[in-house]
Amino acid sequence: MFYREAGDFKTSYTADNQTFPIAFDRYGYFLVLLVGLGVVPFIINDYWANSILIPFLIYAIAAIGLNILTGYCGQVSLGTGGFMAVGAYTSYKLMTAFPWMDMVTITLLSGVMTAMVGLAFGLPSLRIKGFYLAVATLAAQFFLVWMFNKVPWFYNYSASGQISAPERTLFGYAVTGPNAESWVKYVFCFILVFVLAWAARNLTRGSIGRQWMAIRDMDIAAEIIGVNPMRAKLTAFAVSSFYVGIAGALLFTVYLGAVEVGEAYGILKSFLVLFMIIIGGLGSIFGSFIGAAFMVILPVVLRNVMSDGLGWDTALATHFEFAIVGALIMFFLIVEPHGLARLWSLAKEKLRRWPFPY
Amino acid sequence: MNQMTAPAAPQDGYVTEDGRTIGGVVMEMRNITLRFGGVVAIKDISFDIREGEIRAIIGPNGAGKSSMLNVISGFYHPQEGEVWYKGEKRPPMRPYQVARQGIARTFQNIALFEGMTVLDNVMTGRLNHMTASILDQAFWWGKAQKEETANRQKAEEIIDFLEIQNIRKTPVGRLPYGLKKRVELARALAAEPKILLLDEPMAGMNVEEKEDMSRFVLDVNDEFGTTIVLIEHDMGVVMDLSDRVVVMDYGRKIGDGTPDEVRSNQEVIDAYLGVSHD
Repeated sequence: MFYREAGDFKTSYTADNQTFPIAFDRYGYFLVLLVGLGVVPFIINDYWANSILIPFLIYAIAAIGLNILTGYCGQVSLGTGGFMAVGAYTSYKLMTAFPWMDMVTITLLSGVMTAMVGLAFGLPSLRIKGFYLAVATLAAQFFLVWMFNKVPWFYNYSASGQISAPERTLFGYAVTGPNAESWVKYVFCFILVFVLAWAARNLTRGSIGRQWMAIRDMDIAAEIIGVNPMRAKLTAFAVSSFYVGIAGALLFTVYLGAVEVGEAYGILKSFLVLFMIIIGGLGSIFGSFIGAAFMVILPVVLRNVMSDGLGWDTALATHFEFAIVGALIMFFLIVEPHGLARLWSLAKEKLRRWPFPY
Repeated sequence: MNQMTAPAAPQDGYVTEDGRTIGGVVMEMRNITLRFGGVVAIKDISFDIREGEIRAIIGPNGAGKSSMLNVISGFYHPQEGEVWYKGEKRPPMRPYQVARQGIARTFQNIALFEGMTVLDNVMTGRLNHMTASILDQAFWWGKAQKEETANRQKAEEIIDFLEIQNIRKTPVGRLPYGLKKRVELARALAAEPKILLLDEPMAGMNVEEKEDMSRFVLDVNDEFGTTIVLIEHDMGVVMDLSDRVVVMDYGRKIGDGTPDEVRSNQEVIDAYLGVSHD
C-alpha cells in the first residue's frame, strides 16, 4: 500500500504542481540522486563508465534537447548530429585558444554557440513544417559536417583533420585528456545532466513550455490566443540546440577525446538521437532518459550475449541490433507513439489501483 | 432584455430593460471588404460593438460570418475598410497581437490543444499575463514560480465558474464534445478578454447543453462585464441572448438592430427566416 495518492493532500498550488506528486516517486528520485552521486563514483570502473554510464548521460542530454524541439514543440529535426558537431568544435576552439578556461565555462559556451547556430537553422521553421522542415534540417546536418571538414581553421590545420581534446582540470581533477579518471568524468557528466534535466523540466511545465505544446498541438489556435509563433519556435530551436551542443561537446571532450567529424557526428548520430526519443517517449523528459538508456545498453547487451555468451560472429550481433531497433521503431510509431515513458506511466496507473481496479 | 430603441450617439451608454449597463462603442467596423481572389466574402460592411453588450451575427451558411470574426481577430486582413478599436484605428496586426489587446475567441470546430490537460489549456489562455523571462522559468526562480501560482489561482476561478473542476487533469483528447466546447470557452475566458468572440458555441449540442452554454454566456457577460460577439444558428438562442443583431447574407449586411427590429425586417425574413406562404 505504498504507491498511493490517498492521504497525500495537496494544500497549495505549488504542491500540486510539483514534478513528482506521489510521495513514492519523490523518494525514488532522491534515491537515484543519492546512489548516482554517493555510491556509483566509488565503485565505478573503466568498463562501466566508458561503455554504459558516460555515453548514457551524454546521450540523455542530447535526447532531452531533441525532445524539447520535436516532442514538445512538434518541429522535426534531423540536424542533431550537425548541431552536436558545432558544440564539439566550439569546445575544441575554446580549449585550444583559451587554455586557462575551465571545463564548465567551455561546455556552457559551446551550448550557447550551438544555440545561435540552431536559431539560424530554425528560421525556415517559420514558413515550413513537418516533412519539409525535416529536409531543411537535414541540409543543416550535411552542411555543418561538410564545413567542419573543409575549413582547416576549425581543426587548427592539423594534418589528420581530426580534433583531439587536451587535458583540462576542474578543481584540480583532470576531466578531459588521457589522464582523466572515469569517476571524475562520470561525476562531471552526472551533475550537468542533473542541472540540465531539472531546467528542462522547469521550462516544459511553465509558460514557455505550454507555448511550445500549443504550437505542436494546433498552431493556428495557439496564435489566436496570443502565442507569438516565431518566438515560440525560435526559443524551442535555441534551447534544444543549447542542450544538443552541450551533449556534442561532452561527447568529444569527455567521452571520445578525439573525433573525426563525419564519423562521430554524421547523419547516423541524428537518427540515433531521434530513435532515442521515439522509443523513450515524445514529449517526456523521463522518456528521454529511458530512450537514451535503451539505445546505449541494447548494443552492449547484444554484444555480450551473442558474441561473448553464444560465441557468434560480432558482425551478426551488429546486424541483430539494426533489426531489433528497426522493428521497435515501427512498433512504437504504430502502437504507442508516446514510447516507453507512456508504457511506464500506464503501468504506474495500474499499480495505483492494484489490487482493486474498480 | 431586448430594449426597443438603441441610443443615437456612439459614445453614450444606456440601460437595458433587465438593468444591465451598456457602454459606448468599443469596436467599430467601417466599410470592410474582404476578397479571396475573385470571391468577395464580405462586401462593404459597417457595424459597431458596444461595451458590455451581446452582439450577434447571424446569416445563412456562407454569408461571411466566420470571415467577419476572422477579420476582427486579425486572421484575415480586409482589402478595404478599417477596424476601429477603443477609439483608434487599428493597424494591420497578427492574431497574437490582437489577442494581446484583449480580444479572445473560440472556434466553430473545436481548436483545443489535444495533447495537454484541461488545466494546461486554460493556463495557456493566461500566457499574456505571464512575463517571467526564459531564464527565470528554467531555474524556477521567484518570479516564475510566483507568477505560475497567481495565474493558477485565476485559472482555477475560471474552472470553477464553468464547472469543470473534476476534469482539470484530464487530457483534452479524452473529453466528449460538449465538454470540449466548455473547455474552449474556459481557455478564452482565462485571458480576461475585453471582447469575447464566440463562433457557433452551441453547434451540435442538445437542448440541455445549449441551455447550459446560454447560461454561461449570460453569466460571463453579467459577472465579468465582457463584451460578447456571437455567431449562432439557433434563432431562439440568438433572439433570447443578444442585445443587437447583425444579419448577413452573401457577404452583405441586410439588417442591424435589436432582435425585434431584425425579426420584423422584411429583407431578413426573406433571406433567412423564410418567406411565409399565405
